[in-house]
Amino acid sequence: MAEFLLPKNSKIKKGRHHKAPDGAGKTRRFKVYRYDPDSGDNPRTDTFEVDTEKCGPMVLDALIQMKGDTDATLTFRRSCREGICGSCAMNIDGTNTLACTKPIDEVKGEVRIYPLPHLPVIKDLVPDMTTFYAQYTSIEPWMKTDSPPPSNRERLQSPEDRAKLDGLYECIMCACCSTSCPSYWWNGERYLGPAILLQAYRWLIDSRDEATGERLDDLEDPFRLYRCHTIMNCTRTCPKNLNPAQAIGEIKKMMVARR
Amino acid sequence: MRIQTPLARVRHLGSAKEGSDHWWWQRLTALLLVPLSLWFVASIWWLVIGGATYEAFQDWLSGPVAAILMLLFIGMMFYHLKLGLQVVIEDYVHTKAVKWTFLVMINLGCLIGAIAAIYSTVAVALGG
Repeated sequence: MAEFLLPKNSKIKKGRHHKAPDGAGKTRRFKVYRYDPDSGDNPRTDTFEVDTEKCGPMVLDALIQMKGDTDATLTFRRSCREGICGSCAMNIDGTNTLACTKPIDEVKGEVRIYPLPHLPVIKDLVPDMTTFYAQYTSIEPWMKTDSPPPSNRERLQSPEDRAKLDGLYECIMCACCSTSCPSYWWNGERYLGPAILLQAYRWLIDSRDEATGERLDDLEDPFRLYRCHTIMNCTRTCPKNLNPAQAIGEIKKMMVARR
Repeated sequence: MRIQTPLARVRHLGSAKEGSDHWWWQRLTALLLVPLSLWFVASIWWLVIGGATYEAFQDWLSGPVAAILMLLFIGMMFYHLKLGLQVVIEDYVHTKAVKWTFLVMINLGCLIGAIAAIYSTVAVALGG
């Protein structure tokens, strides 16, 4: 039957409260999800009071401050701190986004930080992306050709055909969109999700690729592609302002065009 | 216990090579149902406020236009119903036995409903 109850040990409890140090300037409260599966404890939310005069403007800056000054066990992924690596994707103030490009000032009141929704949690804000990456591999995200490349030069592509990749190649695979999608929550094992389908479309529309038909064959499936019901959560949440819902719509149009 | 790579799990049994038919017909029936439902409701409304007797209703339904549109409405409606309910079950029900029971019930239910409605239309139209 459909599942209505949360699995055991998933009730979130109230955690510790880390007060701001004496003499702190302007402080903001951050409520951060904490979970350590090894401890056997339920997840909890810790409250951190952060002196925003001493850290940078973004949520990631505050997280780094919390980890550096207050609680070194706080665990999250981050790398480039400029919205290009996709590591620090998390749920901030109820929306999936990148901590490094989300200004603290954009959030009113307490800043609530949770891991990306509906993925297994490895620790604190670090979700398990194994299935997501395997799904990416499954669409074979590389150019597939039978014709040998022209001698002494690259495969040519017209500026118009190159322009078709705009809005697709910028995707950084942060998984904000896929983990905002209810269809991906309920059927993530079989539905590829918006991020992977946008990537699939990036190869479908590439004029140099020669495997369009095979790619469509692999996608034509009630679950892999057609779990998308176009509710557009993906497009709304994308921190790079891309439009996965449109890419999925284009794939569906290609499916009909070849009938 | 089953030890599988994540890729093997994701590839699973491969693509069903199906789905675009469902998608296409769901949209086509939806589009056709807009005028057909309006026609259906307007016709019944008009007959009812006209205080129609069974004979007047039969007279109306035995005309070729009304009969054909009614059969079309029944076919499209039950097919659209089947397609839509199927998606709901596939989305939300994950226990295999329950899922297949529901899907079979939906398919049979819509089929029986459509046949019954078609039979009734033909019977009334031909003076049953």
